[in-house]
Amino acid sequence: MRTGAARTALVASALSFALGAFAAEPAAPTDADCLGCHEGATLEPLPDSVHGQAGLSCVDCHADLARAAEFPHPDKPAPPQCASCHAEPVERYAEGVHARALRTNADSPAATCAGCHGSHDILPARDPASRTYHLNLAGTCGRCHGDEETIRAAGIAAGNVPAQFEDSIHGQALSRRGLVVAPNCSSCHRAHDIHPAADARSPVFHANVPATCGRCHEGIRNEYDTSVHAQALAAGRAAAVCSDCHSAHGIKATDVPAWRLAVIGECGTCHEESIRTYRDGFHGQASALGFVRVATCSDCHGDHGIRAEADAASQVHPANLVATCGRCHPGANANFVRYDPHADARDRERSPAVYWTSRLMKLLLAGVFTFFGVHTALWFPRSWREREATSRSNGRADG
Amino acid sequence: MAAPTAEPARRTVLRFDRYDRLLHGLLMAAFLGLSLTGLPLLFADARWAQVMAGLSGGYGVTSVLHRLFATLLIGVFAAHLGRVLRRVYVHKELGLLWGPDSLVPQPRDVVQMAQHFRYFVGLGPRPRFDRFTYWEKFDYWAVFWGMGIIGGSGLLLWFPGLFSRFLPGWVFNLAFIVHGEEALLATVFIFTVHFFNGHLRPEKFPMDTVIFTGRVDLHELEHERPAEYARLVASGRLEEKLVGPPSPRLRRVGVAVGTVAILLGLAMVTLTVYALLQH
Repeated sequence: MRTGAARTALVASALSFALGAFAAEPAAPTDADCLGCHEGATLEPLPDSVHGQAGLSCVDCHADLARAAEFPHPDKPAPPQCASCHAEPVERYAEGVHARALRTNADSPAATCAGCHGSHDILPARDPASRTYHLNLAGTCGRCHGDEETIRAAGIAAGNVPAQFEDSIHGQALSRRGLVVAPNCSSCHRAHDIHPAADARSPVFHANVPATCGRCHEGIRNEYDTSVHAQALAAGRAAAVCSDCHSAHGIKATDVPAWRLAVIGECGTCHEESIRTYRDGFHGQASALGFVRVATCSDCHGDHGIRAEADAASQVHPANLVATCGRCHPGANANFVRYDPHADARDRERSPAVYWTSRLMKLLLAGVFTFFGVHTALWFPRSWREREATSRSNGRADG
Repeated sequence: MAAPTAEPARRTVLRFDRYDRLLHGLLMAAFLGLSLTGLPLLFADARWAQVMAGLSGGYGVTSVLHRLFATLLIGVFAAHLGRVLRRVYVHKELGLLWGPDSLVPQPRDVVQMAQHFRYFVGLGPRPRFDRFTYWEKFDYWAVFWGMGIIGGSGLLLWFPGLFSRFLPGWVFNLAFIVHGEEALLATVFIFTVHFFNGHLRPEKFPMDTVIFTGRVDLHELEHERPAEYARLVASGRLEEKLVGPPSPRLRRVGVAVGTVAILLGLAMVTLTVYALLQH
């Protein structure tokens, strides 16, 4: 079989060589010519592929072989030039992080066209068997981005994000619920012109995140746009965007206890003072013990449409406190809301009464324990000697 | 040690009657329960606190238990106050208010404390203590004061809606601080100082079961509280105070309860100190 094919190929190439002697241009080899030698498994899917279906021949992609003078061609053919047909996506790819990595280092494992789309078996993205089918893309990106060795070799700072994505609400929507409306990698990062998050052109650049998430979560985005975070961001200051609270790849459902407790820490990454004073108070202590039926940041301050305290629309504006506290404490009145949930025992300006009470209590504790510390330290050796004396006299009595 | 039958009949004196023992037992149960359910909240950011709260069913359960123990302790306190008032007003036992049988601090307590310090360093004999020593009085009043402070602030925090009808909200801030700090004082004090004075000091180690059995050996009384002994002998009331030694069963119960309480207390104080050092 093999020798038969080789013989056919030899005859074919000899024939084309002979023909070439008469023609000015050598005739391009037909698919049958190529298949004379290349009967391997790699070519099997070709007729079913999008290119096969479109009637493309081998040399449409392996263009350099169309003009080859010698068969079997002695050298490895040049990489196919996808751009000759797909100019626009390749142009965008060329700007992206993968192409740049390859330009800097030709040995980089960064993805080429074939890296994501495959080669002879390319299927249209709408085909459920395609590597770039909406529900398959995460797996395709994950072949490199979820491979520890590649991550190390390519120096991918974000680490193994597919592992986080897999368990996220988006990942689960894709893999378990089969939702094609759920976002995959390219929904946020784009497909061809992928840029690092630090690049202002990237949809996941910090300031672009609300717009990116807002493409699906439009209602939340509208609400967010009214928030103090959005205002600060618009003014060029650092402020929380979606991913700062929800994380990027490991986004979890928000109606579960674990999220309710975890998001407190997210607020606390920026609002350090507030989380400290929250943890010093009852609400923060109970939630630290895993109790969820207790106020967390967003219960009092709001979430996406969070306002500054001075804003009359804020839930924590003095005029709204009775209503806000009253959501959990039905009896809340004007007296009740004079409780300070962020009282700071260290801050004499903010909480003088708490400050002095705390100082007084600490003084009481220090006084009691100092006195009894000395009392005990002096009594111990004395008591030890008493015990020894007693056991000695008992010993004599027994003897 | 000789077999019990060969031992001469031990003469013991009744120091705490059944009522006192029962109240102290309930006080212990409530106090241990309150500290086991309360300290995890005070040190909520410590890992052990989160594990402990989880083991006991989460804060949702411990918060209910804490209020149950608090109710028990308030009941114990009320029962004790009722008994004291009855003894003073109905039985006219004015000796409860002043004198050698009273828990009220008196000048001699200051004198005996000074003498005790001199004795510690070998500059004098052991003071001639009476029925209640100065440190026992301190323990009693510390609990008394703690009941008012912790109980009062606890009730404020339990019923904020009720109290905010006439108290400004910042009072709850103060109640919260006071409740936690005073609870810290009370637990650490009981689990270190009270344990040492009453049970763990070498002469008593590992424990003194008198609070469980109510009975103290006559020789021990003579040695430790010579003034009380002398009073009993002089007044001729010693005979009426003499009771038989505790039954083996009562002793065993006392040792078991005391052991559990001491171990739990020491565990809690260890965790407390650990959390304070980590802070």
